[in-house]
Amino acid sequence: MRIVIENVDKTFVDAKKREVTALQNINFAIEQQEFVVLVGPSGCGKSTLLNIVGGLMSPSNGSVYFEGTDSKKPNLGIVFQEIALFPWRTVYENVIYGLEESGASKQEQQEKGKHYIDMVGLSGFENAYPKQLSGGMRQRAGIARALAIEPDLLLMDEPFSALDAQTRTIMQEELLTIWDRTRLSTLYVTHNIQEAVYLADRVIVLSRHPGQIKSTIRIDLPKIGRDKDEYRMRFEQYVDEIWQLIRHDAQEASREG
Amino acid sequence: MPDKQRQVITNRVAFLETKIPSYAAVLGITVLLVLWEIVCRLGIVPPLFLPAPTAILTAGWDMLVSGELYEDLAASLVRIGGGYAVGASLGIIFGLILGFSRWTDAILTPIVYSIYPIPKIALLPLIILWLGIGETPKLAIIALGVFFPVVINTFSGVKNVDPMLIKAAVTFGSNHFNVVRKVILPASLPMIFAGLKLAAGTSLLLLVSAEMIAAQQGIGSMVLHYGNLMITTKLMVGVLVLSLLGLTFNRVLQWLERKLVPWK
Repeated sequence: MRIVIENVDKTFVDAKKREVTALQNINFAIEQQEFVVLVGPSGCGKSTLLNIVGGLMSPSNGSVYFEGTDSKKPNLGIVFQEIALFPWRTVYENVIYGLEESGASKQEQQEKGKHYIDMVGLSGFENAYPKQLSGGMRQRAGIARALAIEPDLLLMDEPFSALDAQTRTIMQEELLTIWDRTRLSTLYVTHNIQEAVYLADRVIVLSRHPGQIKSTIRIDLPKIGRDKDEYRMRFEQYVDEIWQLIRHDAQEASREG
Repeated sequence: MPDKQRQVITNRVAFLETKIPSYAAVLGITVLLVLWEIVCRLGIVPPLFLPAPTAILTAGWDMLVSGELYEDLAASLVRIGGGYAVGASLGIIFGLILGFSRWTDAILTPIVYSIYPIPKIALLPLIILWLGIGETPKLAIIALGVFFPVVINTFSGVKNVDPMLIKAAVTFGSNHFNVVRKVILPASLPMIFAGLKLAAGTSLLLLVSAEMIAAQQGIGSMVLHYGNLMITTKLMVGVLVLSLLGLTFNRVLQWLERKLVPWK
């Protein structure tokens, strides 16, 4: 199964009634079990693109489709930047939300709920409300909720950007471990280049005004353990290569505020 | 001497954390009751105008034992309970629909807002004309009075739901009905309860007014009856019962809110 993003354009009408092109001519595919990271400066439309792929926004032109799903309706698991846990539901009730909506039996809900809560390391917090958790733990619950429906495509929209740097590093490591166990096709959006190189099989670099694919870079490093010394040189080369692609746009973006 | 140079820094915002003993809440009300009792005992105010608290309590106990109070209270409880339940349920349902569907919002909201400011008791004669003189018009007027604050609060609760949560629910497979049931309803609960509490006061007011205008039984008619007879002590028993009714009402709602909104 692969997911194809074909000729996607997105135009908005801004407050001054001018037409703004957020995305232009986006074409790429996510292969089975592939981890694709979209990276770009702020305002490059990467979150817009993720929303379009996630079915939360319609493209102005083009389409997004799954290939080889045997006419089964593909399901998507989304991890939101804002986390978007339901405050009135406990961790467990949040995690099984998608299962509940798909009509899974109580027993299946319990099994999968427990399985994925264990996987993200939240055992013992099943009955806590989101408000009682730290930011990192909330996002763990958000990830478990997305994993629990065993999605055909996992979408993650800057899931760790609201976390502090240390928590973020830990979460990145754990995400890789989790991903290695589940091997889900994943589309991940970030503005953090290190994060992109650390996680991705393939990095797609977007430019801004309009948002276009500037370059696609395959990360030719073993998926697990890229932070080891022996890969440090090549890791830094990838980071630098991407930074050179983005730098000019990022500078412009920061001047616009 | 190092001792003399030492500058101890103390918490200058300790007043923010001052601990108040639990008896403080009882203190104010006790002092008021004692003062009231003294004023009456000393004969400063004649008992016709203001009976002593002990006299009111004794009269209340007698009325309770003789069963006189029970009949009035039961009649009132049925009216307010029924009217409130009907008004609140309809208010919540309509509020959810109005908030969720843009069409009904556009069509019905102007109507709701134009009926809202009418003091509902003014509609009682009309409602009696429509529904006769039984229990129905009293229930209806209370339901009407409860409906509006609840519908308006529910409506604004729905409008304030974080769209991110709705997106999350849809992503995980919710249809429109489940979005309303599982996301919009719980998210609006805090606002709904604000409306329910507001409506509790309104319902009590309408209960007493309606009973004073058109009822043989009930706390409202009892208060009016003893007022006409100038039996102030029994009149004050009625007032006391109303005050306790209001307090209990509020407590029940608070308890329910804590049960239903444990995540706040």
